[in-house]
Amino acid sequence: MSYSEKVIDHYENPRNVGAFGKEEEGVGTGMVGAPACGDVMKLQIKVNKDGIIEDAKFKTYGCGSAIASSSLVTEWVKGKSVDQALAIKNADIAEELALPPVKIHCSILAEDAIKAAVADYKKKHGE
Amino acid sequence: MKLPIYLDYSATTPVDPRVAEKMIPYLTEFFGNPASRSHSFGWKAEEAVEHARAQVAALVNADPKEIVWTSGATESNNLAIKGAAHFYAGTKGKHIITVKTEHKAVLDTCRELEREGFEVTYLDVQENGLIDLQALQAALRPDTVLVSVMLVNNEIGVIQPIAEIGEICRSKGILFHVDAAQATGKVDIDLAALKVDLMSFSAHKTYGPKGIGALYVRRKPRVRLEAQMHGGGHERGFRSGTLATHQIVGMGEAYAIAKAEMAEENRRIGALRDRLLKGIQDLPATYVNGDLEQRVPHNLNISFAYVEGESMMMALKDLAVSSGSACTSASLEPSYVLRALGRNDELAHSSIRFTLGRFTTEEEIDYAIKQLHEKIGKLREMSPLWEMVQEGVDLNTVQWAAH
Amino acid sequence: MFQPVYFDHNATTPLDPAVRKAMLPWLGKRFGNASSRNEYGRMARAAIDAARQQVAAAVGAHPTELIFVSGGSEANNLLMKGVVACRRPGLLVVSAIEHPSVLRPAEQLAKQGWLLHKLAVDTCGIIDADDFAESLLDMPELVSIMLANNETGVIQEIETLATTAKAANACFHTDAVQALGRLPLDFRALNAAGVRAMTISSHKIYGPQGAAALVVDKRVELQPLIAGGGQERDLRSGTENVAAIVGFGVACELAAQRLNEAPQRLRVLRDRLEAGLLAMGAQIFAQSAKRLPNTSFFAFPEIDGETLVGKLDRAGFAVASGSACSSVHPGPSHVLLAMQVAPEVALGAVRVSLGVANTLDQVECFLAALQEISVSLKRMTAVTI
Repeated sequence: MSYSEKVIDHYENPRNVGAFGKEEEGVGTGMVGAPACGDVMKLQIKVNKDGIIEDAKFKTYGCGSAIASSSLVTEWVKGKSVDQALAIKNADIAEELALPPVKIHCSILAEDAIKAAVADYKKKHGE
Repeated sequence: MKLPIYLDYSATTPVDPRVAEKMIPYLTEFFGNPASRSHSFGWKAEEAVEHARAQVAALVNADPKEIVWTSGATESNNLAIKGAAHFYAGTKGKHIITVKTEHKAVLDTCRELEREGFEVTYLDVQENGLIDLQALQAALRPDTVLVSVMLVNNEIGVIQPIAEIGEICRSKGILFHVDAAQATGKVDIDLAALKVDLMSFSAHKTYGPKGIGALYVRRKPRVRLEAQMHGGGHERGFRSGTLATHQIVGMGEAYAIAKAEMAEENRRIGALRDRLLKGIQDLPATYVNGDLEQRVPHNLNISFAYVEGESMMMALKDLAVSSGSACTSASLEPSYVLRALGRNDELAHSSIRFTLGRFTTEEEIDYAIKQLHEKIGKLREMSPLWEMVQEGVDLNTVQWAAH
Repeated sequence: MFQPVYFDHNATTPLDPAVRKAMLPWLGKRFGNASSRNEYGRMARAAIDAARQQVAAAVGAHPTELIFVSGGSEANNLLMKGVVACRRPGLLVVSAIEHPSVLRPAEQLAKQGWLLHKLAVDTCGIIDADDFAESLLDMPELVSIMLANNETGVIQEIETLATTAKAANACFHTDAVQALGRLPLDFRALNAAGVRAMTISSHKIYGPQGAAALVVDKRVELQPLIAGGGQERDLRSGTENVAAIVGFGVACELAAQRLNEAPQRLRVLRDRLEAGLLAMGAQIFAQSAKRLPNTSFFAFPEIDGETLVGKLDRAGFAVASGSACSSVHPGPSHVLLAMQVAPEVALGAVRVSLGVANTLDQVECFLAALQEISVSLKRMTAVTI
């Protein structure tokens, strides 16, 4: 498998690895995937009072593309409103990272992670 | 120290420089076709081919006449299994027994025979990777024509009890084939004592060149095969096709070196393997796959729980290792061998096969140990599964979102 | 060291030094398994891909149309058995002068319920067009006709034959092992004419033994001969022989370059040889047919071929009696018998096949030696009688 330079960069220097307390104010946590499938992504967003995502963290169990996809997503969601974040599509991620066809599922998973994190945030904050 | 460090000797080995040296003249002045009967170019080549045949036979204590050249162990396995099944189907029956952890060359050949109307029993292995002889006994049928069990597993290095299996098969008049591609130079093979009828060999797993292998076909009692490649009638009709003299010379020399040096070499490599194992034993949630005793000294197959195999391979780019078998690694399926041991998918996904060899050094092993600590640590820091386990969550109770 | 003159290039060729040079790293530090997902494996994979491009380019094929195998015999077996495994038993048509690696599989299939028709050839070794046209009426599933014969060097009109066969919808295969490097080969054009598959081999073009390819139109349904790890698009399993494949690639590139001059030069040598042979009373087989420029197959009435090649070997000339590939089974050449040559004449057959290193001087020396030997042998025969 030959990865693009961008995947390798995100893989070697992943942005925003870490975790927020799940019960912390404004935090939404999304966990998608399954160990048996070879990838699990946990994406957390921290939303401020204006509804803007001011920080994001991830942890990912998965291949280089999965790690890069989640790392990229943490960068992209920051500064966006939750609804703007939902507009990020897997195709954008796949294109940015030049993912090969067999790795497209990683970008789909990353999109799902955003949706799950936003849903969790909305659930907690009564939207 | 040259990076990446090669720890993938079960995928293939470098050609030993002493072997390459013997091959060169056959890539230069002695280029004849060994089937050419009318001139010295042909005779020289034929002489070299027969010398190499004797060298191969000597390593496994067989008669040179029992050695048939092929293009590699995959072809040998195909020839042995299809050749015997087709030849004896009419007289002995159409039932074959093999094992779930065999090489693809055996499993896919058996699948092909199933499509032709043969019945195949795929034996389970125990948790340690070894077959249960009682399960084998129980699987035997009056119409069983062939049993095929590998000597050394390519992924986990465990050694199957072929002496015992041979006794069982011979007592019932069932043919016994052994894939020994991973065994030559690693375990003693005495075909005068073993009740094995057919045995597959490869050169490139034992410091010889790629593209050449052999099949042992017992003469007493005589084993017959239907050829899979027909033509000029080379190799006493078992396998037609021009013989690649330089490759055959290489295989012969490689096997001669293996015979001379294996005892000493296995001690050295075993010590390095133990050093590697000792060096990473302090990493938590790390499991050795396959029996540690009934195993060649070259192999260490380890699952590092809570990190994923492919990213681990990427992180360990300074180590040339395999996750799963080389021949199946084009697919993203977890290793079927580890699944057969009862490992769950995630542990199968996060397994690494370290295979050591003739040119592995202590310095390389120490470097590998250091790398493993660093990289596995980093990946676990990044792993949500590891985080959950640290928090005391039992992962088996988690409802995973399917995708 | 005394090195005899090598005149047996249709059996095998010496390795070109440039090919050897390209191969050696793959018998040295670059030893990875092309299926391994590590640096060593990736290097091997890239080398195989590059060789695939070189071979494809040399024969006008697309790289994905190539299946690398261990030799020409394997390619022929793969095609014959692989095609019929995907079809219901019917008619097989092969020429009577095919290489044993086509004839024996065909005979084997005939035992398994296939009908086999062997095409007749005329006294020049050319396929009998009427016989072929007639066989097509029975709608064969598979036709295999070699492009150039290994013994006589006779070249068939493959494009014409394939075009005729198109309507029968048979899988048309040609064994081009002896044609590669000696004639321009263009699989695109052959394919357009109706050829679906073609066998080529490395060790007849100054490449190593141990590599060959089946070039096959991807529409052809094929079952592998060797099952396992799934290499070569699942059509040929087994760890790739990287060094030999790399050598095959370079050999193909060199062969394509040589096509501009080598055939003409060898034809001059061959014509000189045959002029000398005729003057000595030899019979040259298929002399008037379109032949490979490097091949001459001949006999002296009254002189046994085995004895003659033995004497020639001692005089320092390596030639063949019949084809090396079939010399496991001694006996008159099946090719000559098919050409209506009398068995006692066929037993005297000697093949000279020239290569790029041969010179006019060697041919002259050969003729001089032959003159001496044939005179002595004829005298012996006369005495015996």
